[in-house]
Amino acid sequence: MKTQILDASALRRTLNRLAHELVERNRDLDLLVLVGIRTRGEFLAHRIAKLIQSIEGKDIPVGVLDITLYRDDLHGRLDQPLLKSTEILFDITGKTVVLVDDVLYTGRTIRSALNALMDIGRPAMIELMVLADRGHRELPIKADFVGKNIPTSKTQEVMVMLSEKDNDDAIYLIHENDDEKEELQ
Amino acid sequence: MKLQSRHLLGLEGVSKEDINLILDTAESFKEVLGRPIKKVPPLQGKTIVNLFFENSTRTRISFELAERRLSADVVNFAAGGSSVSKGETLKDTARNIEAMKIDMVVIRHSSTGAPHFLSRVVQANVVNAGDGQHEHPTQALLDMMTLREKYGTLEGLRVCIVGDILHSRVARSNIFGLKTMGAEVSVCGPETLMPRCIEEMGVKVYNKLEEIIPHVDALNVLRIQLERQKNGLFPSLREYHRYFGVTKEKVDRAPKPITIMHPGPINRDVELSADLADGEHSVILEQVTNGEAVRMSVLYLLGTSN
Repeated sequence: MKTQILDASALRRTLNRLAHELVERNRDLDLLVLVGIRTRGEFLAHRIAKLIQSIEGKDIPVGVLDITLYRDDLHGRLDQPLLKSTEILFDITGKTVVLVDDVLYTGRTIRSALNALMDIGRPAMIELMVLADRGHRELPIKADFVGKNIPTSKTQEVMVMLSEKDNDDAIYLIHENDDEKEELQ
Repeated sequence: MKLQSRHLLGLEGVSKEDINLILDTAESFKEVLGRPIKKVPPLQGKTIVNLFFENSTRTRISFELAERRLSADVVNFAAGGSSVSKGETLKDTARNIEAMKIDMVVIRHSSTGAPHFLSRVVQANVVNAGDGQHEHPTQALLDMMTLREKYGTLEGLRVCIVGDILHSRVARSNIFGLKTMGAEVSVCGPETLMPRCIEEMGVKVYNKLEEIIPHVDALNVLRIQLERQKNGLFPSLREYHRYFGVTKEKVDRAPKPITIMHPGPINRDVELSADLADGEHSVILEQVTNGEAVRMSVLYLLGTSN
C-alpha cells in the first residue's frame, strides 16, 4: 500500500523553504557549495541552486558525489552497486559544503559521504540537507536542514520521486504489511 | 550489476555486458586518479599477491598501484630468488598462498593456462596478467578503454594490430575483446610471425602495411621482441622497419589521421617511428593511465563480488 506524503506543489514549497533557510543561515554565499549524493540528491542540489539563484541572484557551484566506494556494505551483497563518477569540479577546501540527499535513514550513507568528501579536500564546514528524515538512525548524524520529518517503522519504505528521473514530484510512504504495528520513531 | 565470473582469465567468451561494466567502472576510477588523494577504501582488509613468474616491471607496477589505491594489502612475489627457482611446483605455490589467507592473486606466467590452473586449485580470485602466448586481458581492456574514450564506441571501429601476431598475447586478447564489442579487426605482419588459421578468429590478414593503412581508424603497434630475430623469423631489424615499421610517411597516406597505440616498451624507429610515438595522434601515455584505471576496475569488481 502506498500513501502520499507530499504532492508536487507541497514538494516545491518545501524546497523553497529549504533554500531560504540555507541562505538565511549562510551569510557568505561566496563560500557556499552544494554537493548532491547520487542519484536523487544530485537533482535536489541542482533545484536548490536554482532557487538560490532566483532569491539572491547568485550562482552556487553544484557537485555530485558517488559514495559507492565508501559504503560499509560493499562486501557480501548479492548485487554490486554500479560505480559512477564523482563530479566535483571545484575546490571544496575552505568552503561550506552543503551535502544534499533525498532520505535520511540509518545515517550510513552520510557517513560514507563524509569520508568521501574528506578525501577530496578539507571543507571549512559541512552541513546536511535532506528532503525527508524518516528516523531510525544507527550513527550519531543529524541533518541541519530537513524538508519533512516522516515517522516510519522499519518495515516501511519512503519513496521520493523527482521529475528528473521518475516523471513525478512526490513523496510516498510504502507499507510492506498493514497488520504490522511497529513502534514509530 | 556483477561480472559473470569470479576470475579474469582471458577475454575469450567474456560477454559484451561484462566488458562494458569493466570499462564503465574504469572511467569512474579515472576520476579517482585525478584527485589529490588517489586512494579509496573498497578493498580494505583484502590481501592481494602479485605472482610474477615472468619479468615485467610495467604491468606489475600498474597492478600494484591499482591494488594500493583500492586500499588492499599487497604482497609481491617474483620468480627469481623465490621458491620457484628451488623447484617448487605451481600447485604447491598455490597451496601455500591458500594457507596464507590471500584473497586475490594476480599472475603472470610463461606457460599458457597457468592462471586457469590456479583458479581451479585456490579459493582466491585470479587475474591473468599475461600467460604464455595466450592472453593478456587487462592490456586489451585498457586498449579498448582508450579507443572507446576517443571514439565514443567500439562498434564498427576499424583497428589493425601490427607486428608479431604469432607470439602476442596482447593481440589475441585484443581480437577477442574487440570482436565481442563489434569492432572490425585486422592484423598485419610478416608471414613468419602470423599464426596459422588466424582468419578463424574473424580477422582479416594483411602482409603489407600500405594496403591496410587507408582503411583503419587505429593502429595497435606491437613490440618486436629483439630475441626473435635470432630465431631467424625475420632477416634484420632494418628490413622489418622498412616493411612493417609504422612511420609518418606511411601513415600520412591515409585519408584521415590514424590513432597510434603501443603496449610498450617501444623500440623507437623499429616497429614505430619516434615522431609518431610522440605525435599528436599517439595515445600511448593515455593507455598507461587507463591501464591503472582498468586494473582498479577489474580488482574492484572481482574483489567486492564475493
